[in-house]
Amino acid sequence: MLDAILILSAIGLLLGAILGWAAVRYRVQDDPLLEKIDAVLPQTQCGQCGYPGCKPYAEAIAKGEADINLCPPGGDEGIQRLAELLGVEPKPLGEGLEPKPKAVAIIDESTCIGCTLCIQACPVDAIVGAAKQMHVIVANQCTGCELCLPPCPVDCIHMVAEAENTQTWKWPYPIFTIKPVAGRAAE
Amino acid sequence: MTALFKFPGGVHPPDHKAESNTTPIRDLPLLPRYVVPLSQHLGKPAEPCVSVGERVLGGQMIGAPKPGVSAAIHAPTSGRVSAIEARPIAHPSGLNAPCIVIDSDGEDACITTPPPAHEDRETQLTRLRNMGLAGLGGAVFPTHIKLAPGSDEHWPLLILNGAECEPWITCDDRLMREHADAILDGAHLIQNLIGAAQILVGVEDNKPEAIAALRSAANTASQSNISICPVPTLYPMGGGKQLTYALTGRTTPSGGRTTDVGVQVFNVGTAYALQHAIRHGEPLTRRIVTVTGAVKNPGNYAVRIGTPISALIAAAGGRTPNAYGTLIGGPMMGFDLASDEAPVSKMVNCILVKDNQNFPPPAPALPCIRCGACARACPVSLQPFEMHWYARAHDFGKAQSFKLFDCIECGCCDHVCPSHIPLVSFFRYAKSEIWAREQEKDAADRARVRHEFRSFRLEREKMEKAAKHAAAAKPKTEVATAPAAVPDADPEAARKKAILAAAMARAAEARKEITPKNTEGLPEDKVREISEIESRRASLLQSVHDSIVKEEEEESSPAQKESP
Repeated sequence: MLDAILILSAIGLLLGAILGWAAVRYRVQDDPLLEKIDAVLPQTQCGQCGYPGCKPYAEAIAKGEADINLCPPGGDEGIQRLAELLGVEPKPLGEGLEPKPKAVAIIDESTCIGCTLCIQACPVDAIVGAAKQMHVIVANQCTGCELCLPPCPVDCIHMVAEAENTQTWKWPYPIFTIKPVAGRAAE
Repeated sequence: MTALFKFPGGVHPPDHKAESNTTPIRDLPLLPRYVVPLSQHLGKPAEPCVSVGERVLGGQMIGAPKPGVSAAIHAPTSGRVSAIEARPIAHPSGLNAPCIVIDSDGEDACITTPPPAHEDRETQLTRLRNMGLAGLGGAVFPTHIKLAPGSDEHWPLLILNGAECEPWITCDDRLMREHADAILDGAHLIQNLIGAAQILVGVEDNKPEAIAALRSAANTASQSNISICPVPTLYPMGGGKQLTYALTGRTTPSGGRTTDVGVQVFNVGTAYALQHAIRHGEPLTRRIVTVTGAVKNPGNYAVRIGTPISALIAAAGGRTPNAYGTLIGGPMMGFDLASDEAPVSKMVNCILVKDNQNFPPPAPALPCIRCGACARACPVSLQPFEMHWYARAHDFGKAQSFKLFDCIECGCCDHVCPSHIPLVSFFRYAKSEIWAREQEKDAADRARVRHEFRSFRLEREKMEKAAKHAAAAKPKTEVATAPAAVPDADPEAARKKAILAAAMARAAEARKEITPKNTEGLPEDKVREISEIESRRASLLQSVHDSIVKEEEEESSPAQKESP
């Protein structure tokens, strides 16, 4: 009887020690959920969610401080994916937030005075230029966050929606014709 | 005689070849206007290298190939460039795309390039790129890329694809009957370029005249390493992977190309165009197009690229009274044409005018009954019904796990489906959605990396600034006399201001000395205009200067709090 208790206690202590050691040795530093949430967000870094970038918003979601419906560039699809990831119900986009078509910023070169204010505002360093030199936006790096619009003193930046062309066109979802039930129309 | 293998699945749709393959290839008269799309091939569109109003000669390059996967485009005849603008093109989207419009001058003067003497391989490949060669079987992949094996690749077998399995289309059939010699000569040129040991020409056995013509040409050419191989008529025999399997028994691995099993496949039309490019120095400015279906005189036409499709239909006698729509390509893989004004491009091999008799409106789709007919018909041994369910439910990851990207979109599953489900439309939808998402994800990853680097850079700059301030704060206590003029500002800001003031003074002096000479002797109103512009500029500069100064003040104020 005593033997059995001792042996079981010893096994318990040994396994406990192993588990305790493993918890210290193989500690996961970063929150894996955070990375997953960040991967779903569109990385426009626009701050429309109220956080200063996609990663801070992902952190807030991971901590349960922020709702999942605050990202307008992600749209309904982004909310859907976040809901699937977190195992919660999807909900419509938050109040006052509106999804916009994808656009890129363009600088009107004749009006630009080279003040570098937009360069400082750009979250992804997509604007090239220097003081008193004309600035230009690298279109394929622009995320369309619109953060360069307010600082411009001469309002020379405007957003241009991306037009669909034969390179970006997608095959539509096949549409089914609805067949009326025979005899129903006559009634 | 080569042993033949039978690929899985396949269907036997009514072939309707007899409508258009009995008459010889006809030429089209010169038209007053041609519209040449900049993007006729797979990959990047060509870059226009002529300007509006410029006179061009037939065969002159009007669009240069971009680096990477791209091919050149050429003027179909001599004339003047009247516009470079978006116009309707033959594309399933029905969208407009950039085109070069050439108004013909009626002379049809062409650039005559002397047939080149001996050329090395690289020069020949560059020449083919600049001649605008692209696969004429329908995929329009730039030919020069297919001719350059990688250093670890070896393609011992060249297959010429003359199967032409798609119903209604007969352009390759007529080309093989009429120009068998040139096709085989082109095949030998390709053979030399890729270093193949053997050439097989696969032709479906519903084209006995073409087989006979190729055989007699092969006999007169007295080349022993070329064999003409009739293959059974079974759709989609003309798929590169299917023809390779039928002739060699080699299965192309999933996600791979036929070159992975040592086989390179070219369409007979491409071989013909390549022979003309290399032997005669002629760029690709015309191709054979089948015009068939509900037109009065169906047949094959040698068409200049850029010819409006409406003109081609008119040349074939116009539509019959019960015609209702137009397909580009055949009934299995073709797409509906949105506008008849779209021009013939390198991709257009057939213009099929639909009527109610041969193309009744599609029956309404019914639910899938899991009969498995699509899986039995699939030449790639996929399970179309599974992929359809997932594509329909937008579950693209699952659809991809059923090898969606091995689907060749041949349309066999659509053809056999008893519920008339448009399966291929679902697969095309799913594929384009997956591509778009991958691109979006790439863009997001790029943005994330750039944003993270920016945050890191700002942090680093802040640290550097703080270190600089700390270093500058020390001499301040030692030399207290210098900033007497501005007692409450820190020395860094004072130093900057002094430098700024000195620079401005220097600039003002320099401006006084240099009076601009280009405004002297101008009329009164011009001078006034210039002074107005100058005052506007000065006010703008002042506003910027103010904002910068304001910002500097804001920046320096926290620094002041830190320094004591």
